[in-house]
Order: sequence, then structure tokens, then C-alpha cells
Amino acid sequence: MSTISTTPRASVRHASAAVKTAPRKSRDTQRKKAANVVFAILAIIVFVASVFPVYWMINTSFLPSNLIRGTDLKFFPTPDVFTLSNYESAITDDSRAPFVPAMGNSLAVTFFTLVIAMILGFLASLAVTRFRFKGRRAFIIAVLVVQMIPGEAMMISIFRIIDGWQMLNTIIGLGIVYVSGVLPFTIWTLRGFVNGVPAELEEAAMIDGCSRGRAFWKITFPLLAPGLVATGVFAFIQAWNEFVMALIIMSRPESMTLPVWLRTYQQATQATNWGALMAGAVLIAIPVVIFFLIVQGRMTGGLVSGAVKG
Amino acid sequence: MSSTTLEPRTERPGAVRPPKKRRPPILPWTLLVPSLVVLGILVGYPIVRLFVMSFQEYERAQLMGQPAEWVGFDNYVQVLTDVDGFWTVLLRSFLFMVVCVALTMVLGTLIALLMMRLGNGFRLLVSVGLLLAWAMPALAATIVWGWIFDTQYGVINNLLTTITGDNWMGHSWLLNPLQFFLIATIIIVWGAIPFVAFTMYAGLTQIPGEVLEAAQLDGAGPVQRFRLIMIPYVRSIITVLIVLSIIWDLRVFTQIYALQGVGGDREKTNTIGVYIYQMGMAQGHYGLAGAISVIFVFIMLGISFYYVRQTVREEEL
Repeated sequence: MSTISTTPRASVRHASAAVKTAPRKSRDTQRKKAANVVFAILAIIVFVASVFPVYWMINTSFLPSNLIRGTDLKFFPTPDVFTLSNYESAITDDSRAPFVPAMGNSLAVTFFTLVIAMILGFLASLAVTRFRFKGRRAFIIAVLVVQMIPGEAMMISIFRIIDGWQMLNTIIGLGIVYVSGVLPFTIWTLRGFVNGVPAELEEAAMIDGCSRGRAFWKITFPLLAPGLVATGVFAFIQAWNEFVMALIIMSRPESMTLPVWLRTYQQATQATNWGALMAGAVLIAIPVVIFFLIVQGRMTGGLVSGAVKG
Repeated sequence: MSSTTLEPRTERPGAVRPPKKRRPPILPWTLLVPSLVVLGILVGYPIVRLFVMSFQEYERAQLMGQPAEWVGFDNYVQVLTDVDGFWTVLLRSFLFMVVCVALTMVLGTLIALLMMRLGNGFRLLVSVGLLLAWAMPALAATIVWGWIFDTQYGVINNLLTTITGDNWMGHSWLLNPLQFFLIATIIIVWGAIPFVAFTMYAGLTQIPGEVLEAAQLDGAGPVQRFRLIMIPYVRSIITVLIVLSIIWDLRVFTQIYALQGVGGDREKTNTIGVYIYQMGMAQGHYGLAGAISVIFVFIMLGISFYYVRQTVREEEL
């Protein structure tokens, strides 16, 4: 805020400024209106650029193949050409790899990863935020550093471990790999959230006669809900979308996850069935989009306070 | 390194609650054990294994049970003297990463600034668009973009033919390595902007309005306000975003691998992650792939060192 000085010269300057504002104001509002139009146009450009691939995917998925493979573009699946045959083909055509088991595998491995990673990450984040002990700092740094190591580098060893346990092509085998993949991030992010809830609240409850565990459960845990949701979403998306490890661990047609299943469309020597491929892509994206839309508001706030501010 | 319960340094007011009595640290370790086991077996052990393998002759035969011979630094020498292979791929990955990170950061920040200026309706529109792009799984997104740029029936070739009048039908984008990476850049930047834009926006909205208002009254233009007030406020967020983007874009795998599957020249379009996969899983040169991985891990740690140090310092762990 500008400071108001009491010297006469300053007040004169203020007075003259006040006189000038009257005509300038209308020019300002005019300029503001023009700016708003420009910003609105930019907003629409951003929207279109973001959405176009999604829109094109959905559009293609509802078109019959003769229109997909035509020279004229069809920008909207009008009722006369609208078809669900691509979805039917994606879901029921088992010649490459069946869809239904892939869906089941994806759901199961995602659920497994989500639950286990959240529980383990939550416990570990409690340990490093609510206690001071030898090795704590080393553990946190390790968690931070592990996130920098690319998964591709460890692919071969991980494959051999899972192979050694006879767990190739199993949900648990892939799930364990996913848990180890998302756990460092989970611990790191939850740590930020737990730090954000002052321990004094728990202590107050303990003074009032609560046990330590009960104080935590009644006071701190509810306050952590947004953080748990934000972290859980991330774990969900990671597991649902992961492709590389699933590619090498779940190679049998009936044990593929959805991303690997989607890839089989392009390994065949025959021409790609774009309609069915787009339908498959829609089917994979839908759960993620729904999840995102439900929790979006909390998520960015969570990412900022969790991953960034720490 | 490690701080103990009663170390005076950690007794800063407000930062740490003073423990009433000294507990033996059994409870925290019990809480840590499950995570330690999982991370130890599936992260710790593979790293050690990788390191060991990089000093061995490890090919398909060794995978089948033949004893692996120690070869010292042979794998490293072979990798580091392979100018056409390793160094080309590394340079390519770096160039690609720099372009992607720069574009993502600039566009993401501009969109965040735009969102600050928009009314509720248009901001919601932009948010929904970004959200949809963000939610698209990387593989699905790559395949969709591959379809958009398809040689025969792609919408881009079709539109270009209509707009320019030249015949673009049949133009194969992925065959030319430069155009391959143009499309890969589009895919990655498109997918990465939402995270940067949302995070920057969330950071920018935390700047107190009075501060910006005061700057405006003092005559600071939009550019000055951005440079002198907004950037310092969100500096730590920018650092994190850049470091994360560097890491993600340098180790990009899915998009490149899937694009190669649609129709790219693997030799000329490999990035480091795909290269490791090719060397190891596809061709069976596990020792060499191990050496490349170790080098790559060190590069990653080098890049993130500043970030890790900064974080550790800021948090006073």
C-alpha cells in the first residue's frame, strides 16, 4: 500500500493525480475490456489444444471404419453414422488378447498397489514425522534419492527377482513391483501432510486423557484425509497407467494389464484397427478421468503443500 | 548425519515438540519395517545387483545359469567409447529433454498467469481442458497422437492438405527422426503442461494480493511484477518443477517406445531409457545395459543433487 505523507508537496501531487483519474478511468476500463477479450480467446485456445486429442479419440471411437479410413474428415459422429461396433470389437475380440481379463488385472493390481502403498507409506511417514531417532534423516534422504533412479535401470534385476519367486504373470508379483515404485513418493508426500498437522493437537488430547493411539486416530487422522486422498490418487494413476514393468512381467495374453493389452493392437502385422484402438484408449482413460474430476481441487493443493512445501 | 532425540540443534522453538521422556526408538522402527523390507528387496537389491552386473560379462547364457565372469571396467569402456551408440543417444536425450522442459515450463507458467487473470467461467474451462489432458494415460495419449499424425488417415495430414493446397496425404511423420521428435515433444509437453500449470497457479495464488497491489501502485508493470515479486515467491516451486521435469523427460520411456512401435526408426530415435531396454531386455546384453544404467543413475543423481541438498537444508531434517 502506498504511504501517505503529510508534506504539502506530496499532497499536491496526490490532488493532481486525483484530478487526472477521471478521464483515465474510462480509458482504463476500455483497455481492461479489450484485455479480457484477449484473455478469453487465449483461454479458448488453451482449452482446444488440451482437449483436441481427447475429443478426436472419442470421435474416432464412435465412427464406422469406412469413415475412419476415408479421405473426408468426420468431425462429429452424427446419429446416422454413430456406431458402437468399435467398442464391441475392443471388448469381445479375443484374437490378440482378451479385454475382460485385462480389465480385471488392471483393477486388481491397482487396488493392491493403492492399499498396500498407502498403508506402508502412512506408517513410515508417521515414523519420520512424529519421532526423532537415529537413522531418520538417512531414511528420508534415501527416500528422496530413490525417486531419482530410473526404473528402466532396474528393470532387468526386478524381472529376475519376480521370475525367481515364480511370480511372473501374477497380480501379486506386479503389485509388489508397483508398491516399491510408488512407495517413496507416498512416504515423501504423506510426510509433508503429517508435518502440517501440529503435534500439539494430539498432545492436548492426550492431556485430556486420550491414549497416544486414540489421540492420533481421533484428532490427526481426520485432518490428514485430504492428504491421503491426494497421495492415493497419485498411486492409483501410477499403477493404472504403468506400462514398462507390466510389459515384461505380464506377458501372457490373459495376464496382461490394460496398457499392455492396448499395445497388442499395433504389434500385429495387419493394418491397425484405429476405431477399436481408440475405443480401447477411451476405456482405459475413463476411470482415470472420473477419478481426476472427483478429486481435482484437492489434488493440486495437495501436490503443492505435500511435494513442494514439504 | 542422524539427529538424536535430545540433540540441542533440533530443539528450535516450534519446529520440534520437546519429548517428555526419552523412549527407546522401537515404535518408529516398527512403523518403518514394512517399507524398509519392500524398498530394500525391490529397490535396494536391484541397485546392488545392477552395479555388480555392470562389472560382469552377463549375456543370455549367464541368464540361463552359466557363471558370470568378472570383466572389470570392460563394460564401461565399451559403453563410453561407443560414440555412435551411447554418446549419440545420451546427447539426443539431453537435447530432447532441454526442449521439452523449456517448453513445458514456459507454456505452463504462461497458462498459470492466464488463469490468474481469467474470470471464473473461463478459468473452469481451462481447468477442465488441462485436467482431461493430464488424466490421459501416457500410452493412450501417445497412441491417440500417433493416430492424429497417421500417414494415411491422420487428421493433421488431411488438414494440412486442405490448408496449404499441397498434398500431405501419405506424409509419414515418424520416419524422419526430426519429425519423430517433433511429435514426441508435442505429446510430452501436452501431457506435462497441466501439472506445471496447476502447480504454478496454486503457488501464484498464495502470493498475498496486497503485495502485488502495492507493486502496481508503485508503478511496476506486469513484467516487473512477475520478475520481481511472483518469481521470488514461487522460486522453490519452480526449482522443484524444473528438477522433476528434467528427471521425467530424461527418462521418458513409454511415449518413445510406443511411437517407435507405430513406425519410427529405432536406431535413430532411441532415448536413454529405451536404449537401456533395447540393450538389456531385447538384445540380452545385460552387463552392458547395467553399465549404461549405472552411468545414467549417476547423471540423475548429479542433476538432482542440488535439489536434494536444498530440500534437506530447507527442511532441517
